[in-house]
Amino acid sequence: MKAKHQRLSLVVLALVAIIAAGLIATWALRNQANYFYLPEQIAAEPPAVGQAVRLGGMVQPGSLATEADGITVAFVVTGNKASEVPVRYSGILPDLFVEGSGVVAEGSLQADGTFLATNLLAKHDENYVPKELEGLEQHQAADSVAETTVGLD
Amino acid sequence: MIAEIGLAALWLAAALAVLQLASGALALRAGDQEASLLAMYARPAAVVQALLATLAFAMLLWAFAITDLSIKLVATNSHSLKPFLYKITGTWGNHEGSMLLWVAVLALSGGLLAGAERRLPENTMHATLAVQGFVALGFYAFLLLSSNPFERLPTPAAEGVGLNPLLQDIGLALHPPTLYVGYVGLSVAFSLAMGALITRQVTPEFARVMRPWVLGAWVFLTLGITAGSYWAYYELGWGGWWFWDPVENASLMPWLAATALLHSVSVLAARDALRTWTIMLGVLAFSMSMLGTFLVRSGVLTSVHAFAVDPERGTFILMLLAVYIGGALAIFAIRASSVAEGKRFSASSREGALVFNNVMLSAILAIVLLGTLYPLLTEAFDVRVSVGPPYFNPVGAIFAIPMFMVMAVGPLLRWKNDSAKRIKLELVIVGAILVAIVGPVAMLGKYPILPVLGLGLAAALAVAAFVPLRGRKVTRVPVATWGMVLAHFGVAVSLFGMACESAFTQEKLAAVAPGDSTSVGEWTIALDSVDPIAGPNWTALEARVLATRGEGGPVVLTPQARSFWAPSQATSEAALLTQWDGQLYAVIGTTAGEAPDGTQRWQLRIWWKPFVTFIWYGGLLIGLGGILAIIGRLGSDLRRRSAMRRVAERRADIAELAAAEQAEAV
Repeated sequence: MKAKHQRLSLVVLALVAIIAAGLIATWALRNQANYFYLPEQIAAEPPAVGQAVRLGGMVQPGSLATEADGITVAFVVTGNKASEVPVRYSGILPDLFVEGSGVVAEGSLQADGTFLATNLLAKHDENYVPKELEGLEQHQAADSVAETTVGLD
Repeated sequence: MIAEIGLAALWLAAALAVLQLASGALALRAGDQEASLLAMYARPAAVVQALLATLAFAMLLWAFAITDLSIKLVATNSHSLKPFLYKITGTWGNHEGSMLLWVAVLALSGGLLAGAERRLPENTMHATLAVQGFVALGFYAFLLLSSNPFERLPTPAAEGVGLNPLLQDIGLALHPPTLYVGYVGLSVAFSLAMGALITRQVTPEFARVMRPWVLGAWVFLTLGITAGSYWAYYELGWGGWWFWDPVENASLMPWLAATALLHSVSVLAARDALRTWTIMLGVLAFSMSMLGTFLVRSGVLTSVHAFAVDPERGTFILMLLAVYIGGALAIFAIRASSVAEGKRFSASSREGALVFNNVMLSAILAIVLLGTLYPLLTEAFDVRVSVGPPYFNPVGAIFAIPMFMVMAVGPLLRWKNDSAKRIKLELVIVGAILVAIVGPVAMLGKYPILPVLGLGLAAALAVAAFVPLRGRKVTRVPVATWGMVLAHFGVAVSLFGMACESAFTQEKLAAVAPGDSTSVGEWTIALDSVDPIAGPNWTALEARVLATRGEGGPVVLTPQARSFWAPSQATSEAALLTQWDGQLYAVIGTTAGEAPDGTQRWQLRIWWKPFVTFIWYGGLLIGLGGILAIIGRLGSDLRRRSAMRRVAERRADIAELAAAEQAEAV
């Protein structure tokens, strides 16, 4: 085999592997990507029961309750419209998880219509809002307040 | 004055980058004649630039150390009552400061290259310095035009806003600077690759010059990723060590490319093969570190690392990215055909194994890249998705598993041409270990397939790492070979930790009243008390937890739920108990109602993670192996050069003597 042919076969090998990686990746991404839902989208076209998705919205004030075992919490997530999704979560709540604030719940919809969360992402700090929650009305209000107070301190 | 000195130093450094670029490029153009006149500025420009950029960074450090609240960056990211260490590390705990650190490290490595590297042909060096100057110029422009760290406030703030409490940790002192040195070290590899390509000097000598830079950058990346992983593990309180977060991926991608590059540059140095492939990987590795910077700094992806979301900055870095990668690929396309083919080798040879693993690493890189960018792509169609472990783990494993298998046997093969028959015994041993572990573990317990395979591969790799030493006198093994053995063993150790963590972790979530206990694995966890305590800039609820393993005595753990007041934020401080065979990880949550007898209950979350620490020990071993390889390579290269010089001197002497004798004879 000449040196030139060897180079060609190396290039072909590399290309085949990379293209294979690309094809496998695109195929897997279609199946494994975790879709984001707003409460109104869950109401309109709910995901399959048990499918891993994420739900983002505001924790409805007054809805947060701890169950008798002390580790399971139930609360209601609302969106821009009047749609509500009940959520159950077993675990330690994130540090900035409070009623009336934004939350992204990872988990899946159950047959009874509750959303069983396996993980909760809250606002990271005062400056950081999960990207999915941008554009929700409450946040726009909060942001404009933040902007107008920035120079005052 | 501090800010003004820093800003002036930055502008001057930018000007010197222009000089470096121009003088390098002109020298290259002039060819051999008159080269010295134009070329004399390139090296000093790079060295002085390094001093100026360091000065600028030192000024910002100083401003943070004394909390100069007239500087906007200090006022928005620091606080006068913050502990001193975090005032210092807070310098790079924000967008502008971390970009200045990036640029300072870039200038320093450029200065080191210009000041210390004498092994390359002069015109290759000029081309390299010109490229390095061009890269630096782009980042100076970015810093000065869109992220000026020295901007003053019209009126000084009365008090600073403070630093995100999650960043108030020793991790911030170690993780970003280490990672940046790694990212930026790859820029030197990129410049060298471009320089060699432009001057058609893609030779083994060039590879020997490039190798320590690649190894150095790779060592820092390895250590930076290891440190970052452990930091996220104990600081976030989620009990995980890798989240496939976009920013974690942004550091993993250059690491994968650099790993491929350092192996291919070794083939080029030892065997004069894989010339264009090495250049291509040099371009790819630096492209990945810039893409990483873009992803982190632009805030286009949701991440725990996003400091600020600023579309203008994102566009700027994206443009830089396009210019550098596009330019590099254009030069590559023009010049690649003029780089002669290297030496040939057969498929079953060490080169063959290295090429295979290079391709596998590139495939894994492609998978991580696609998974990281996919959410951006779908967002364009107004569909929001996130991509996590269910994608990355299995899809990455498709390519990682064959890679680990070839990695076990590759170092046993000879260069150029070898046959599997010669190493039959070793192949059988390694294969037998793999089967002996995977079989029983899969039979005995119901574990997911990937961790089981991981355990088997880890054991096979651990043994295979030392097989290259067989039949050699241990004292005579070169330092660089020890480096390889250690690094490969480190991969096995790390893989073992990952597999154990994901297969055998036990978790318990419970509501416990003081005096009560719960259990996880063979541990009994008793909650003793929960008390308020105070730190320098926080207050906390601290739980006293007594952990007892089997029949042993109790050990006290104190997980805390902290509230910081500047900025006001709550964090959870996990308590860790490290044993040789694993770690106990305890987090305290909020109150959990009252127990039937009326006492207050608290949420406790406890993990027992067998051998989890091996993940990071493995990372350290890999880094140590890299350091040994640098020492070994540089040492043998210097020895070889001084021997060659002595031979040349002796020849000159002999020639002189002969000439003298001849003269006498006449």
